[in-house]
Amino acid sequence: MIIGLDVGGTHTDVVLINSHGIVSEIKVPTDSADLFSTVLTGLESITQDVDPSEIKRVVLSTTLTTNAIVENKVPEVGMIVASGPGIDPEYFRTNRNYFPVGGSIDHRGREVAPIDGKEIKTVAQKIQSQGIRHVGIVGKFSVRNPAHENQIQALIESDFEKVFLGHQISGHLNFPRRISITFLNASVYPIHNEFFKAVDNSLKEKGIATAIRILKADGGNMRFESSVDVPGQTILSGPAASVMGAVAYAKPDIDTLVLDIGGTTTDMTILRHAVPILAPLGIEMGPYKTLIRSLNTRSIGVGGDSQVTVSSGKIEIGPHRLGPAMAFGGPVFTPTDALFVLGKMNGGDGNMSHQGIMPLASQLGMSVEQTAEKIFTQASEAILLEAQDMVTRLNRKPVYTIHEIQEGVQINPVEILVLGGPAPFFAERIQALGAQNVRVVPSWSVANAMGSALARTTCEVSLFADTAACHIVSPSEDYQGCIQADFDQAAAVQMTFDLLRKKALKRGADPEHLEMELLESHAFNMVRGFQTIGKNMRVRAQVKPGLIQGFADILKLGSSPDSAFDRI
Amino acid sequence: MLGDVVLKAESKTGLVFFPAFDWAISPTHPEREERLLYTQDQVFEEGLLDIPGIQEYKPEPVTHQDVQRVHFCVPDVQQVTTESHFISAGGALTIGKAVMEKEIRCGFALVRPPGHHAMRLVHGNRGFCNVNIEAIMIEYLRQAYPIQRVAIVDTDCHHGDGTQDIYWHDPDTLFISIHQDGRTLYPGSGFPNETGGPNAAGTTINIPLPPNTSEEGFLYTMEQVVRPILDEFNPDIVVNSAGQDNHYSDPITNMNFSAQGYAKLTELLRPDIAVLEGGYSIEGALPYVNTGIILALAGIDTSHVKEPDYNPESIRQSPEVSGYIQQLGDKILELWSARKEVQARVQTEKAFHERSRSIFYDTDGIQETQHETVRACECSGGTLRIDSTASTGRHVLAVHIPRNACKTCQETGMDWFESEKSKEFDALYLQNRPVDSYTVQSNEKQ
Repeated sequence: MIIGLDVGGTHTDVVLINSHGIVSEIKVPTDSADLFSTVLTGLESITQDVDPSEIKRVVLSTTLTTNAIVENKVPEVGMIVASGPGIDPEYFRTNRNYFPVGGSIDHRGREVAPIDGKEIKTVAQKIQSQGIRHVGIVGKFSVRNPAHENQIQALIESDFEKVFLGHQISGHLNFPRRISITFLNASVYPIHNEFFKAVDNSLKEKGIATAIRILKADGGNMRFESSVDVPGQTILSGPAASVMGAVAYAKPDIDTLVLDIGGTTTDMTILRHAVPILAPLGIEMGPYKTLIRSLNTRSIGVGGDSQVTVSSGKIEIGPHRLGPAMAFGGPVFTPTDALFVLGKMNGGDGNMSHQGIMPLASQLGMSVEQTAEKIFTQASEAILLEAQDMVTRLNRKPVYTIHEIQEGVQINPVEILVLGGPAPFFAERIQALGAQNVRVVPSWSVANAMGSALARTTCEVSLFADTAACHIVSPSEDYQGCIQADFDQAAAVQMTFDLLRKKALKRGADPEHLEMELLESHAFNMVRGFQTIGKNMRVRAQVKPGLIQGFADILKLGSSPDSAFDRI
Repeated sequence: MLGDVVLKAESKTGLVFFPAFDWAISPTHPEREERLLYTQDQVFEEGLLDIPGIQEYKPEPVTHQDVQRVHFCVPDVQQVTTESHFISAGGALTIGKAVMEKEIRCGFALVRPPGHHAMRLVHGNRGFCNVNIEAIMIEYLRQAYPIQRVAIVDTDCHHGDGTQDIYWHDPDTLFISIHQDGRTLYPGSGFPNETGGPNAAGTTINIPLPPNTSEEGFLYTMEQVVRPILDEFNPDIVVNSAGQDNHYSDPITNMNFSAQGYAKLTELLRPDIAVLEGGYSIEGALPYVNTGIILALAGIDTSHVKEPDYNPESIRQSPEVSGYIQQLGDKILELWSARKEVQARVQTEKAFHERSRSIFYDTDGIQETQHETVRACECSGGTLRIDSTASTGRHVLAVHIPRNACKTCQETGMDWFESEKSKEFDALYLQNRPVDSYTVQSNEKQ
């Protein structure tokens, strides 16, 4: 059996799944001040009366790292940054103990200026003297040649508990984002490590022997032991959990819009042929633009509990949530209250909703029902408009070859999948507004926990080869080597897939069902003075986000082939 | 981020980046797939596209009609272009539209292939160019927005002879080309005495700098010569043909300019729209020069943008070069001051002005002979008639009626086109700009 757990802002959802579908599902209130007890309560409740040895897989999606960063409850770290010429690295300062140092590598990975060992030692001492235990090291173009980052690490690693290197995180070129993500990794590391160790120990005490897995922002998971090197990848895994819960229901040959309508926000994502579209570079959160692989999601401050006000004759919905709906004891009128007024929803105190809408209706000079209708429609329209804008922008994404411009792949969602608290009500209205094919995800209220439970192990690998320099590097895999002049594009692709397979298995993927795909493969002739001197190749491949083998059918049919459970 | 200094564009800046990674003139040609590869690496690694206020646009390809608004393509558009040209011109136009719509203050079309050697009449590729991407953009903008006066400052190391040809008769377009002296470099033209046709005397300005001109000489020219002329002309928009082959490491030129220099030049020029032209030091120059230009357009500090081997001492120009440039600048300013007087004299000399010349298409090896007739007129550039014979065996007649043509100019143009009965011509072309139409009449022998 599999446990999936997703910590949300207000509730934590937990599901237990076996080969016939959902065995049980529960919701526990989230105590953001004590996530550990929230998670434990959830896990304890769902495993009551269950034989611990039956549990083969536990996947957690938490807000731990996200909260720690947003609330700035992370310990101080040291950052050592080797930039060389370009934009002044002072612009990318992350914290007080941020030290630009000498040393420079160019775009082909050649050393322009060496590292100054004395300077590094002095900086390390300064950092150490503040009692700092964790350090991030980032060099410009380190993904082309990680030598400087490695040299700095060798000089200082004995002085610190853990050192994070920029090139190990992502193969993408983007020095400022590499600085951000390295800083975040170093910052959340101790909190992440301590928390999941504690969860892991508690599960072991209960007799659940399987290693826990943690959901990432790209809708895939990784084993806890792999996560300690890249804890930042767990930031913002929540939206990904919901999307993965919807993936099973998307049709394989069309594009689908997924709407997760929550209390405070509605998160939206596009599935292209049932596979989530990834953000081009990575998560952007507050001041941090990062290289954290993530689904391309967009959020709008309109949800079931959004504050509704009327000002100068106009209804305004969101972006704030001041509490639950008035029907559930909240302080202000919300779209959920509108559903109570319209008699669509029950189970709370509808009288409170009626009282709440009176002043709004009188300001608008409309009846209570008309006002409720209008609020509900406006909320639905706002969500649809935002989704349309998202699609427009995705289709405007720049491309760099004539082939891609001519091919002109356009994303065109023809079906909408809705999940989250008020999903069925909104689905009906969105359909009424003219959207075609709107469907509610079955088990819509715990689809997020299901997505967490059934997500595949994902990862990505980049490879850069320069036959003129006889140099090959896959930065995030710490792979570097020499290649012969006859090393060709096919060999580069093969090597990328080999590295990807190795990485995926280490992270806990199912070796029989690795859904690997090529994201990019370019080979450029390098010509100097009318002579071809070599090839410059860039290859990128991923294990694409999706559900573990056999489970899409379980979700759909409520039963499954027995083989699906052999390996979990 | 969390520091005291905030990285942000001073004014909104647009960028089209279109490296055409799947297009080359030939595998080892300077205009090949690899050309902007390292520039892309640098632009991405510096995170330039993440800077608040810098907005990347996807190029919208231009149409045949957009090309025909500027060019007479012989035999037709299809046969002298590839898809890459439509996208490259489209990149420039995408930036141009965004500027006109006030989405951005200025922008840079970092595109290839280039276009400034492409003249009005096109039989093939000259100097790596088929169609003039700046002119296609400008004429579209003139058609769609209320702009008249345009200045083009061409800072490519090669004389922008194509752009000069297209605007030779247009008094509303100021074309300034700063380039390596034509006695020492392709295409061998662009001397100070080339100042424009009889209806547009003085609005073509050529500043041929001597080999080994460095930062000092370029910035002197920009500050002391180009800037005052631009300020006096007072254009609605300024376009920069931003070639980068004046760089000290460029393999096919002999100048000593630098990334720092290009950044400062861009700050002085403040173009609304910059369009990449040449520049073939693909590793040592382009990544840094392009970074410098983008940051300078956005109003961001460029003081740390330097080539790995940058040494201002080693590229400093000699006092002789400085003295020569100073005298050249004085001469250019004199010509500029005298332009109205010259025009008044030349224009009225006769009703129709004629010239003959031969044009070589180096890339495609085509030799062309043109005989050109322009009507002397104050209304606009004057109606233009080009009789062209090329070594391809094609003989064509092209008639251009300018945007603001007066009634007589319009009638003259129509008459040239309609009454031409000679079977000598394989085809007749009419660019009727007042109604934005393009007509072809083919006499192709069956």
